[in-house]
Amino acid sequence: MSGFIVFFARFLPELLRGAGLTILLTAEGLAAGFILGLLSALARVYGDKFWRGLAVGYIELFRGTPLLVQLFLIYYGLPGLGITLSRGLSAFLALGLNSGAYQAEYLRGSIIAIGDGQMMAGRSIGMSRWKTIWYVILPQALRLAIPAWSNEPVSLLKSTAVVFLIAVPELMAKAKSIAAETYDPIGTYLAVAIVYLAVVYLLDAFLRRVERLSRIPGFETEGKKA
Amino acid sequence: MPDPILEARSLTKIYGQNVIFKDINIKVTEGETIVIIGPSGTGKSTLLRCMNLLTGVDGGQVFLDGKEITAKGYNEDEVRQHIGMVFQNFLLFNHLTALGNVMIGLTKVKKMPREQAKEKAMEELKRVGLADRADHYPGQLSGGQQQRVAIARALAMDPRVMLFDEPTSALDPELIGEVLGVMEKLARDHMTMLVVTHEMGFAREVADRIIFMEKGSIVEEGAPDDLFDHPQHNRTREFLWKITELYGKKEKEKAGKS
Repeated sequence: MSGFIVFFARFLPELLRGAGLTILLTAEGLAAGFILGLLSALARVYGDKFWRGLAVGYIELFRGTPLLVQLFLIYYGLPGLGITLSRGLSAFLALGLNSGAYQAEYLRGSIIAIGDGQMMAGRSIGMSRWKTIWYVILPQALRLAIPAWSNEPVSLLKSTAVVFLIAVPELMAKAKSIAAETYDPIGTYLAVAIVYLAVVYLLDAFLRRVERLSRIPGFETEGKKA
Repeated sequence: MPDPILEARSLTKIYGQNVIFKDINIKVTEGETIVIIGPSGTGKSTLLRCMNLLTGVDGGQVFLDGKEITAKGYNEDEVRQHIGMVFQNFLLFNHLTALGNVMIGLTKVKKMPREQAKEKAMEELKRVGLADRADHYPGQLSGGQQQRVAIARALAMDPRVMLFDEPTSALDPELIGEVLGVMEKLARDHMTMLVVTHEMGFAREVADRIIFMEKGSIVEEGAPDDLFDHPQHNRTREFLWKITELYGKKEKEKAGKS
């Protein structure tokens, strides 16, 4: 046990550097995915046939295939079409596109839950459709989405581990090289697990805080206490 | 007869095979309160929604101040600023306070500066007796209070005419009075109103004209006393008889008190 603590302490700075990149990849993927997801959700709920179809196609494609396959298609596949992207950009694209498909579904659910009534009320005072979406539907739908959506940052953070396969030096890649160097895979992967766990814990605490701060009296998303 | 503010000319609405209403003609003139009564499912609510273009029409025209708003390419968003609407289930914006609900149309549609919008919104809340609830969210208000905020939200836009779609049907009996009270005050202040309701006491006391609608057409219309005391059609008589039997007791009690 004390041997592990020494080991952990020795490689912690290296692992934290990897964790830094992991967090950055998560944040970027989440942000890109949020924009894509929001647009796709809006297209599915309010769009005409063309936009609905486009959104459904995108969501099904990226939810229906493994992230690793998407990553390899972008990094190894696109050069065949004359598009060569850096490792970092490929990782960002794969994570963003993948996350967007999931976020679209979370957001779509809560937009639908807000209902036609709010749209009708917005239109009745002379707001356009887009104004009503922006000022009435989304402020409510986004709040409503938080509990279910909170799953996505954590899930995406763990998914970033696959990008070590195209040699992006994130947490998992660091672990791989430490394990190779020390011949101690158990210690290494245990240490990595602890770092992932710590980051997820902090992320969860942050998300719960956001949920609490955005709460509106009488518009609770938690189940009513019977 | 002065020019009507809001007018429906042979308005028709069809859903698939179902004719919701057909050839409806209504003229609402300035300061007039018209109450539409009739059995449920006769297209009264849909008619109101067609009058402010929330629902498309399948025939006929709607005019606001003499201009045909059902004409192709007419700016519906602009039109609705001038036609206030109050819904059966209030439909307040749940993420905004009472004040925020009344202000949002002023700031986002009329582009009024915030301070000025706030002042105006407070005035409208005062008008419905809820200035002290300005910073409450809809979830913290009773149904009656929510509906009064909804009325204030519509009034804030300074509409030419107000449409009420069964404004008290979703309320507990003890909360109906406060909403009808606000509407009576509006009528006294000569707000132009078109009201769909089952509140026969309100209809009789406040309406200038009553329209009885059944199965998608206007059966009879007239002054309240004429319609209630001497209905010309059997169907009107039957409906009034049924509804007064249901509500009559309550209305008598109310009349006794005032």
